[in-house]
Amino acid sequence: MTASSGEVLTAAPLTDSELVAIRSDFPLLSRRALTGQPLVYLDSAATSQRPRIVQDAMRDFTDNHNGAVHRGAHALAEEATDAFEQARAAVAQFVGAGAGEMVFTSGTTAGINLLTTSWAAASRGAGSGAARRFAVLPGDRIVVTQAEHHANLVPWQQLAAATGAELAWVRVDREGRLRLEDLEDVVTARTRVVAFTHASNVSGAVTDVAAMVAAAKEAGALTVLDAAQTAPHRALDLAALDVDFAVFSAHKMLGPTGIGALYGRADLLEAMPPGPTGGSMVEIVTMSEATFQPPPSRFEAGTQAVTQTVGWAAAIDYLTHLGMDRLAAHEAALTARLLDNVGEISGVRILGPAHPSNRLGAVAVEVDGVHPHDVGQFLDAQGIAVRVGHHCAQPIHRALGVNASTRASVAVYNTTAEVDRFAEALDQVRAYFGAAL
Amino acid sequence: MNPLDSLYRDLIMDHARHPQGKGLQDPFDGESFQVNPTCGDQVRLRVDLDNTGEQPKLAQVSWDGQGCSISQASVSMMKDLVEGEDLDQVAHLEEIFGRLMHSRGQGIDPDEAALLGDAEALEGTSRYPMRVKCALLGWMALKDAVAKAQAGDNSPAGAPEGI
Ligand SMILES: Cc1ncc(COP(=O)(O)O)c(C=O)c1O
Repeated sequence: MTASSGEVLTAAPLTDSELVAIRSDFPLLSRRALTGQPLVYLDSAATSQRPRIVQDAMRDFTDNHNGAVHRGAHALAEEATDAFEQARAAVAQFVGAGAGEMVFTSGTTAGINLLTTSWAAASRGAGSGAARRFAVLPGDRIVVTQAEHHANLVPWQQLAAATGAELAWVRVDREGRLRLEDLEDVVTARTRVVAFTHASNVSGAVTDVAAMVAAAKEAGALTVLDAAQTAPHRALDLAALDVDFAVFSAHKMLGPTGIGALYGRADLLEAMPPGPTGGSMVEIVTMSEATFQPPPSRFEAGTQAVTQTVGWAAAIDYLTHLGMDRLAAHEAALTARLLDNVGEISGVRILGPAHPSNRLGAVAVEVDGVHPHDVGQFLDAQGIAVRVGHHCAQPIHRALGVNASTRASVAVYNTTAEVDRFAEALDQVRAYFGAAL
Repeated sequence: MNPLDSLYRDLIMDHARHPQGKGLQDPFDGESFQVNPTCGDQVRLRVDLDNTGEQPKLAQVSWDGQGCSISQASVSMMKDLVEGEDLDQVAHLEEIFGRLMHSRGQGIDPDEAALLGDAEALEGTSRYPMRVKCALLGWMALKDAVAKAQAGDNSPAGAPEGI
């Protein structure tokens, strides 16, 4: 089945019995809502639930192998280091990268801040001659998009302010898709970096990465891909996507909080000066100076969240066994149903593409006459958990003509029945608040 | 009453649909602009003081903003409650309302709660910690605007450009 240009879904959606088995792997899904009803969790774009094996792996590490990584000569230190490096290799393989290209961070936000901190240092002259390619100078350009999560916007604003560079952006259209025709004017010869999201956490629209990368390359600019929303839902091949850097978080892809990764092309990481500094990332330290380790260690200052890396590796193992193509097929079916159901409700506007092609299953809506907080409260009273507010993406909301929205987002463990329950409840909201005529 | 109905009492929905004091008035002695960071809801509120008596009084409260029914109703109820009161009494009411909101559904002394007029109906909000901020948004703006008015600062309150 061809879902859209370039997006070929060959895998079969999950069968009912497979889905039942999957759900039973997630202890939280069997809890009840405060109202006593079965819980309907439709907020996985904010944070996903975790299969039991994630906690099991972290417990096993804690109970049997915990020790200081890359330090000490005892057996536990060795075992912990092995677990940590195996987790790195698992993450790298999952996204089509080499282990040496994978820097652990505390999450997407930290990964982007690592880049902007390092590049601010490069702009001040830190690092070797090769580090000059990260220098951002007054009058240079930093390009982002109107669809960014604040995590991939505010750090770039800060870097622009610190260096005297100007910030420019690609706008979104009425469906929340990037207006690629902006690229020609926005990505100028002085553009040093193009940082963009792989998919909007509001509109769900998936970005045409090839078009963004082509424009950046023509200008000689670096590319930074925010893959926080796609890593959980698509098989990623970062090398094939040909981006220079990418960031994502474990907690949106069935893993624990507190861990994520920054991918950087090997030659680029090699040339980059450190961001945060301190222990573990240095070679020789005198009272006045220090030399730094090669990547990825150079970018991992201080004691790392080793237990969480082990949990993340377990989550990746789970996803791999499931098959990202099967997962995507299941989620595509749920998304199509969600869009159909919601599209039929009068007074409800979908803030994003109404058609399921090239979009993820994060569906944000505006309910005419009812504030998102009130919508969310109404749904919560029926045991349905959705996100309300601006979802850390104020500019795209403003561009779509609203302050905030109500967002339902699906994951592999959601069912058709849940999506239907959401739509039925949403259909009652306006009447309850007296907004329906 | 089901929990949802006890949050969205009729009185609250009436205020939300027909908010009192909405529409900014001139002149004013103090202005405040407040944002609820979780949803981006905003309120701009002005106070006009009457300093002719022994005690300064809140002569007029006017506001504008966007928000959920709880935040809109709360500003509206607050305006009805505090307008015409002297500033000591305003501070007293503010303190009582704050305690009611932080009571986590336990409520406060009924005699005190009765002083809050319509705003007492917001008691149900205290059961939802995420919504308490909504109910307090207008009160925060009031406190700030009064402080500015007393300090003789009647400059317009700032909001970033493009909002
Ligand atoms: C597109 C996007 N980018 C970045 C982030 C930030 O991720 P984290 O909070 O895990 O750092 C999120 C998650 O909220 C997101 O959806």
